[in-house]
Amino acid sequence: MNKLELISALKNEANISKSDAAKVIQIFFDSMADAMAKGERVEIRGLCSFFVKNYKSYTGRNPKTGEKVTIKPKKLPFFKCGKELKERVDY
Amino acid sequence: MTLTKSEIVDKITEKMGLSKNQSVDLVEVMLELIKKTLENGESVLISGFGKFNVKAKNKRMGRNPATGDQMLLDARKVITFTCSQKLRSLIDPVPPPKKGK
Repeated sequence: MNKLELISALKNEANISKSDAAKVIQIFFDSMADAMAKGERVEIRGLCSFFVKNYKSYTGRNPKTGEKVTIKPKKLPFFKCGKELKERVDY
Repeated sequence: MTLTKSEIVDKITEKMGLSKNQSVDLVEVMLELIKKTLENGESVLISGFGKFNVKAKNKRMGRNPATGDQMLLDARKVITFTCSQKLRSLIDPVPPPKKGK
Protein backbone atom coordinates (compact mmCIF):
# COMPACT_ATOMS: atom_id res chain seq x y z
CA MET A 1 0.00 0.00 0.00
CA ASN A 2 1.41 3.39 -0.89
CA LYS A 3 0.52 6.86 0.29
CA LEU A 4 -2.10 7.45 -2.41
CA GLU A 5 -3.87 4.21 -1.54
CA LEU A 6 -3.76 5.13 2.14
CA ILE A 7 -5.28 8.52 1.29
CA SER A 8 -8.21 6.99 -0.59
CA ALA A 9 -8.72 4.38 2.11
CA LEU A 10 -8.88 7.12 4.75
CA LYS A 11 -11.21 9.16 2.54
CA ASN A 12 -13.66 6.27 2.24
CA GLU A 13 -13.41 5.11 5.82
CA ALA A 14 -13.79 8.54 7.42
CA ASN A 15 -16.12 10.14 4.86
CA ILE A 16 -13.94 13.16 4.23
CA SER A 17 -12.66 14.78 1.05
CA LYS A 18 -9.59 13.46 -0.65
CA SER A 19 -7.68 16.67 -0.02
CA ASP A 20 -8.47 16.56 3.70
CA ALA A 21 -7.36 12.94 3.87
CA ALA A 22 -4.14 13.86 2.09
CA LYS A 23 -3.57 16.75 4.52
CA VAL A 24 -4.04 14.61 7.64
CA ILE A 25 -1.56 12.05 6.38
CA GLN A 26 0.91 14.68 5.27
CA ILE A 27 0.81 16.56 8.58
CA PHE A 28 1.13 13.29 10.48
CA PHE A 29 4.28 12.10 8.74
CA ASP A 30 5.78 15.58 8.35
CA SER A 31 5.52 16.12 12.12
CA MET A 32 7.33 12.87 12.73
CA ALA A 33 10.04 13.77 10.18
CA ASP A 34 10.47 17.26 11.69
CA ALA A 35 10.84 15.89 15.19
CA MET A 36 13.47 13.41 14.07
CA ALA A 37 15.29 16.10 12.11
CA LYS A 38 15.63 17.93 15.44
CA GLY A 39 16.93 14.74 17.02
CA GLU A 40 13.77 14.17 19.04
CA ARG A 41 12.20 10.85 19.84
CA VAL A 42 8.82 9.96 18.34
CA GLU A 43 6.38 7.58 19.95
CA ILE A 44 3.11 6.48 18.39
CA ARG A 45 1.44 4.10 20.82
CA GLY A 46 0.41 0.85 19.24
CA LEU A 47 2.34 1.46 16.05
CA CYS A 48 5.97 2.24 16.61
CA SER A 49 8.58 4.53 18.09
CA PHE A 50 11.62 6.12 16.52
CA PHE A 51 14.76 7.66 17.86
CA VAL A 52 17.79 9.01 16.09
CA LYS A 53 20.80 6.83 16.61
CA ASN A 54 24.35 8.01 16.13
CA TYR A 55 26.66 5.59 14.41
CA LYS A 56 30.44 6.01 14.78
CA SER A 57 32.74 5.83 11.81
CA TYR A 58 34.03 2.38 10.98
CA THR A 59 36.01 0.58 8.33
CA GLY A 60 33.76 -1.37 6.04
CA ARG A 61 34.33 -3.22 2.84
CA ASN A 62 32.84 -2.86 -0.57
CA PRO A 63 31.13 -6.23 -0.86
CA LYS A 64 31.69 -6.36 -4.62
CA THR A 65 35.39 -5.58 -4.78
CA GLY A 66 36.52 -6.37 -1.24
CA GLU A 67 38.08 -2.91 -1.05
CA LYS A 68 38.35 -1.30 2.37
CA VAL A 69 36.34 1.86 2.79
CA THR A 70 35.97 4.19 5.72
CA ILE A 71 32.36 4.80 6.62
CA LYS A 72 31.87 8.24 8.12
CA PRO A 73 29.84 8.73 11.29
CA LYS A 74 26.16 8.90 10.50
CA LYS A 75 22.76 9.41 12.04
CA LEU A 76 19.88 7.13 11.20
CA PRO A 77 16.38 6.75 12.54
CA PHE A 78 16.04 3.62 14.63
CA PHE A 79 12.67 1.94 14.38
CA LYS A 80 11.06 0.02 17.18
CA CYS A 81 7.82 -1.80 16.57
CA GLY A 82 4.99 -1.10 19.00
CA LYS A 83 3.55 -3.85 21.15
CA GLU A 84 0.08 -3.88 19.62
CA LEU A 85 1.41 -3.97 16.05
CA LYS A 86 3.94 -6.67 16.93
CA GLU A 87 1.26 -8.91 18.39
CA ARG A 88 -1.16 -8.32 15.55
CA VAL A 89 1.38 -9.06 12.82
CA ASP A 90 2.61 -12.22 14.48
CA TYR A 91 -0.36 -13.94 16.02
CA MET B 1 11.44 15.50 24.48
CA THR B 2 9.25 13.04 22.76
CA LEU B 3 6.72 13.70 20.05
CA THR B 4 3.55 11.78 20.80
CA LYS B 5 0.29 11.12 19.04
CA SER B 6 -1.54 13.82 21.01
CA GLU B 7 0.86 16.52 19.83
CA ILE B 8 0.34 15.45 16.24
CA VAL B 9 -3.42 15.52 16.81
CA ASP B 10 -3.11 19.08 18.16
CA LYS B 11 -1.22 20.11 15.06
CA ILE B 12 -3.88 18.62 12.78
CA THR B 13 -6.63 20.31 14.81
CA GLU B 14 -4.95 23.66 14.45
CA LYS B 15 -3.87 23.44 10.80
CA MET B 16 -7.12 22.05 9.47
CA GLY B 17 -9.60 23.88 11.64
CA LEU B 18 -11.23 20.71 12.91
CA SER B 19 -12.49 19.89 16.36
CA LYS B 20 -10.17 17.89 18.54
CA ASN B 21 -12.52 14.91 18.46
CA GLN B 22 -12.56 14.90 14.67
CA SER B 23 -8.75 14.98 14.53
CA VAL B 24 -8.43 12.16 17.04
CA ASP B 25 -10.88 10.08 15.01
CA LEU B 26 -9.09 10.72 11.73
CA VAL B 27 -5.69 9.81 13.16
CA GLU B 28 -7.06 6.65 14.79
CA VAL B 29 -8.76 5.59 11.55
CA MET B 30 -5.54 6.18 9.63
CA LEU B 31 -3.42 4.24 12.12
CA GLU B 32 -5.92 1.39 12.07
CA LEU B 33 -5.70 1.27 8.26
CA ILE B 34 -1.91 1.09 8.44
CA LYS B 35 -1.96 -1.61 11.11
CA LYS B 36 -4.57 -3.65 9.26
CA THR B 37 -2.51 -3.54 6.08
CA LEU B 38 0.62 -4.71 7.89
CA GLU B 39 -1.39 -7.38 9.69
CA ASN B 40 -2.40 -8.75 6.28
CA GLY B 41 1.27 -9.02 5.38
CA GLU B 42 1.26 -6.07 3.00
CA SER B 43 3.92 -3.38 3.24
CA VAL B 44 3.09 0.31 3.59
CA LEU B 45 5.10 2.83 1.62
CA ILE B 46 4.91 6.48 2.59
CA SER B 47 6.89 8.36 -0.04
CA GLY B 48 9.16 10.97 1.50
CA PHE B 49 9.12 9.15 4.82
CA GLY B 50 9.87 5.47 4.53
CA LYS B 51 8.52 1.99 4.08
CA PHE B 52 7.11 -0.40 6.65
CA ASN B 53 7.77 -3.98 5.60
CA VAL B 54 6.58 -7.30 6.96
CA LYS B 55 9.41 -9.76 7.09
CA ALA B 56 9.05 -13.47 7.74
CA LYS B 57 11.73 -14.97 9.97
CA ASN B 58 12.59 -18.66 9.86
CA LYS B 59 12.48 -20.82 12.94
CA ARG B 60 15.89 -21.21 14.53
CA MET B 61 17.72 -22.78 17.41
CA GLY B 62 18.43 -20.36 20.19
CA ARG B 63 19.66 -20.49 23.72
CA ASN B 64 18.19 -19.34 26.95
CA PRO B 65 20.84 -16.83 27.99
CA ALA B 66 20.19 -17.46 31.69
CA THR B 67 20.47 -21.26 31.68
CA GLY B 68 22.28 -21.97 28.43
CA ASP B 69 19.63 -24.50 27.40
CA GLN B 70 19.03 -24.93 23.70
CA MET B 71 15.52 -24.24 22.52
CA LEU B 72 13.64 -23.94 19.26
CA LEU B 73 12.45 -20.46 18.43
CA ASP B 74 9.40 -20.52 16.18
CA ALA B 75 9.15 -18.82 12.82
CA ARG B 76 7.68 -15.37 13.23
CA LYS B 77 6.88 -12.17 11.41
CA VAL B 78 8.45 -8.84 12.25
CA ILE B 79 8.03 -5.31 10.97
CA THR B 80 11.06 -3.59 9.52
CA PHE B 81 11.35 0.03 8.53
CA THR B 82 13.41 1.44 5.69
CA CYS B 83 14.03 5.13 5.82
CA SER B 84 13.56 7.13 2.63
CA GLN B 85 16.50 9.10 1.25
CA LYS B 86 14.55 12.29 1.83
CA LEU B 87 14.01 11.59 5.52
CA ARG B 88 17.60 10.49 5.88
CA SER B 89 18.98 13.71 4.48
CA LEU B 90 16.65 15.65 6.80
CA ILE B 91 18.00 13.82 9.83
CA ASP B 92 21.61 13.69 8.70
CA PRO B 93 22.34 16.66 6.41
CA VAL B 94 25.80 15.35 5.46
CA PRO B 95 25.36 13.96 1.95
CA PRO B 96 26.30 10.30 1.47
CA PRO B 97 29.81 9.97 -0.06
CA LYS B 98 28.79 8.91 -3.55
CA LYS B 99 25.72 11.06 -4.08
CA GLY B 100 26.87 14.63 -3.62
CA LYS B 101 23.75 16.75 -3.57
